Amino acid sequence: MRPARANCSSRRIVWILLFTVAALVALPMAASPPRKSSKEELLVLPGEIGRSGGRLVVALRSEPKTLNPLTSVDIPSREVIGTMQADLVHINRATQLTEPALAKSWKISPDGLRYTLVLRRGLKFSDGYPLDADDVLFTFRVYLDEKVHASQRPFLIIDGKPISLRKVDAQTLVFQLAKPYAVEERLFDGLAILPRHLLEKPYEEGKIAQLGALTTPPNQWAGLGPFRLKEYVAGQRLVLERNPFYWKTDTKGNRLPYLDELVFLFVPNADAQVLRFQSGETDVISSTGAENFSVLSRDKKDYTMVDAGPGLEYNFLFFNLNDLGEKTSADLLQKQKWFREVKFRQAVSVAIDREAIVRLVYQGRGAPLWGLVTPGDRRWQDEKLPHPPRSLERARALFKEAGFSWTTASNGESTLLDSTGKPVEFSIITQSSSAERSKMAALMQDDLKQLGIRVQLVQLESRSLADRVTQTKEYDACVLGVFSSDADPNADVDVWLSSGRLHLWNPSQTHPATPWEAEIDRLFNAQMYARTFEERKKLYDRMQEILWDNQPMIFLASPDILTGARKSVGNFRPAVLQPYVLWNVEQLYLENDAVNASR
Amino acid sequence: MSGRRTISRWLVFVIALHLLVIFAGFFAPYDPAEQDRKNPYLPPMRLHLVDHQGHFHARPFAYGVKLREGSFDQYEEDRTETFPLKFLVRGASYRFLGLVPSRLHLFGTETDRIYLLGSDSYGRDQLSRFLYGGRVSVFAGLLGASVTLLLGLCVGLAAGYYGGWRDDLLMRLAELFLALPWLYLLFALRAFLPLAVGPLEAFFLIIVVLGIVGWARPARLVRGVVLSAKERDFVRAARGFGAADGYLLRRHILPETSSVLLTQATMLVPQFILAEMTLSFLGLGVPEPVPSWGNLLSSLQQYSVLVSYWWMYLPALIMLPFFLGYLGLGSELQERAEPYKIGR
Repeated sequence: MRPARANCSSRRIVWILLFTVAALVALPMAASPPRKSSKEELLVLPGEIGRSGGRLVVALRSEPKTLNPLTSVDIPSREVIGTMQADLVHINRATQLTEPALAKSWKISPDGLRYTLVLRRGLKFSDGYPLDADDVLFTFRVYLDEKVHASQRPFLIIDGKPISLRKVDAQTLVFQLAKPYAVEERLFDGLAILPRHLLEKPYEEGKIAQLGALTTPPNQWAGLGPFRLKEYVAGQRLVLERNPFYWKTDTKGNRLPYLDELVFLFVPNADAQVLRFQSGETDVISSTGAENFSVLSRDKKDYTMVDAGPGLEYNFLFFNLNDLGEKTSADLLQKQKWFREVKFRQAVSVAIDREAIVRLVYQGRGAPLWGLVTPGDRRWQDEKLPHPPRSLERARALFKEAGFSWTTASNGESTLLDSTGKPVEFSIITQSSSAERSKMAALMQDDLKQLGIRVQLVQLESRSLADRVTQTKEYDACVLGVFSSDADPNADVDVWLSSGRLHLWNPSQTHPATPWEAEIDRLFNAQMYARTFEERKKLYDRMQEILWDNQPMIFLASPDILTGARKSVGNFRPAVLQPYVLWNVEQLYLENDAVNASR
Repeated sequence: MSGRRTISRWLVFVIALHLLVIFAGFFAPYDPAEQDRKNPYLPPMRLHLVDHQGHFHARPFAYGVKLREGSFDQYEEDRTETFPLKFLVRGASYRFLGLVPSRLHLFGTETDRIYLLGSDSYGRDQLSRFLYGGRVSVFAGLLGASVTLLLGLCVGLAAGYYGGWRDDLLMRLAELFLALPWLYLLFALRAFLPLAVGPLEAFFLIIVVLGIVGWARPARLVRGVVLSAKERDFVRAARGFGAADGYLLRRHILPETSSVLLTQATMLVPQFILAEMTLSFLGLGVPEPVPSWGNLLSSLQQYSVLVSYWWMYLPALIMLPFFLGYLGLGSELQERAEPYKIGR
């Protein structure tokens, strides 16, 4: 039984963002402290009107490593920081378009080099300190400081030159770019504005990267997000409370967020998360596996399960195409001769039953992939990309063209041989933590067996797999997945540029190893600085076609984003971009008192 | 001699079970690795003698199944289709005793596949996987037990017979081995192995490692027997007449250890089967798609499987007779050994 799939376009509500003007003050106001003064320019969010109060409990896979936006890299940290910090311009996770946040408006000069941002008036950090342009100047100074090693820094270097900015007045800032940048204002999404009054001193002492431990006293940490730090219990939970100075209201003028408390419970494994959700200990569950999703959907009692549709995760198989030195085993060098043969990769690609992967691995809750752009990312899909069905005949023809042949043993089993008569066999490594990818590999093993290729499956612990792929490079083939952080090509710059660290089949190249990789580099860089969407799309489509022709990554499938929430959770609108459930946390509310009373 | 008769009964039982597994190719209806992608998680099919219209059929039959509209794993009986069960049918090819290629199977159907124990997440026949998996697990148990016993016997004989510093050294080593966290040892071992370890090599490796790690306990038992045996009058007498060490060990002491070894074997085999299952359960065992009992049970690690597909427990249930057989045999052997007051 499949609950109605949340269709993106039908669910997509056109958000009309009203910029608060004095007229709003006239609206009747609920008793939410503190009352806003006429100087505040609050953002009014359309949507269901909720009721204030209550606490929402969410499970996290692991403890966040830090609350510091400068040093966070793990998903739990980012999820928590997302609810405590705010950015100048924000990407709406439902519409995938930008909308004003701390900046109430922005203007881009016709040459695309100068962005003028105007800050909202009357903004305050969660500790009550007012924000002005100096905080923004400070924030970008920290992000761009090489000594800080902020994870945001690479995104602020455009064509080798850092973005520069200057203050025009207390509310207005001008950002100067070296080259027109295609992502435009999306650039600002996720760049948390830091409190200068708390961080300037540690920064000057060179200690800023060490700040943000979970044990930080709540009064020494502040942000502009809907929630602020309240309590941390090691190994158990992190409790956030509402930020009374948050800068958004609903259409009735109630100050957001609705919730009094947001609790993150640390629940290490997926099955335990399902049990906690089932027993009512947590209120929402985000990104469950398909199997657990169907268990929850089957015996749902007081919760709703929502299939938000395919997300931005793409899973793929890739072969080891690294240029290995003399030290490598002759065996692997021999195998690389097959892997380098483009027809070999094309044949493997066409032999894979992607529909079966979607059905058996994701129980039908996913989409087969032939390119890197998932159906969750509509704007960038290349309609011209072929979607050939599985064809063993086509695969055999390709192998034959590439000089491979077959022998048949006495029991009727055939074996694929290369031009020197060596049987074709290789191993596929997968993460032991990902049952899904291991299952994909097992299906491909069977698909390829039908072509006479013997495939071994090896499950490795995530770290030793990463080590083999990026450091020692001792592997034949590997199944992995990438979660794009944004529905924009630039999010995956590290994957596609041949110099990227996540250019998995041959990472961190000094010069592109093949002409087609050089061409991908050229196209990718060109789209990064192209001016119009149409122009970018054309370049990006071409890049997808080159990837299709050369199959350095054999794209397999993309899972749906599967989420659920207790029926009492209002405004629950999961998105396919991270954070799937908490993106509108300021609007989430609890419908009745019964839920809270029972806790 | 009622004891002897019970022993032979247990022995027949255990041998019958082993034949089932040894001739898995014949008893299993399908190739254990063959995926039927249309039928994942199919519950066990019921065999009928009476159809839905009340007619009696001499030949048992099963109804076809079809997927319920829009679902992934909910099936319903399709009564328009029947599959009569045929005996001695020709199907997937296998090698009889690993040598003679054959296609003959005990039972099967002529058209669609029949799943008496249901299917797993890839639509593979659980019954076939159980029988073939038993081959891997039971063989691992037998071989592991023999490696352990052989090693334990040698060390135990040497320690008990020669005594002195050799005894001390060997027994301290045994204690060290008993204290080893061998599971972590195996994890470490797996990380160092080359990637392309084939199913067979991985299998033999497990056996050897298990056997080597387990020698300490039987060695201590054998040593005890040897210690008491070497002080017996007939051994002293033989020594007095000038018998050499090798002769004494072979002729007088080794036979004394036989009952200990036999009872140890009946206890070690199930233990090694369980150990193989533990390893495969943790992903250190035989890799996909080769079945083993541990692999069969490892899917139960997932909560969704645990609550949704009850037939995935069945392999655990039908493994019980194997363990029961061995333990029954073991306790009978021990009882028989008691009057001689040898052993534990």
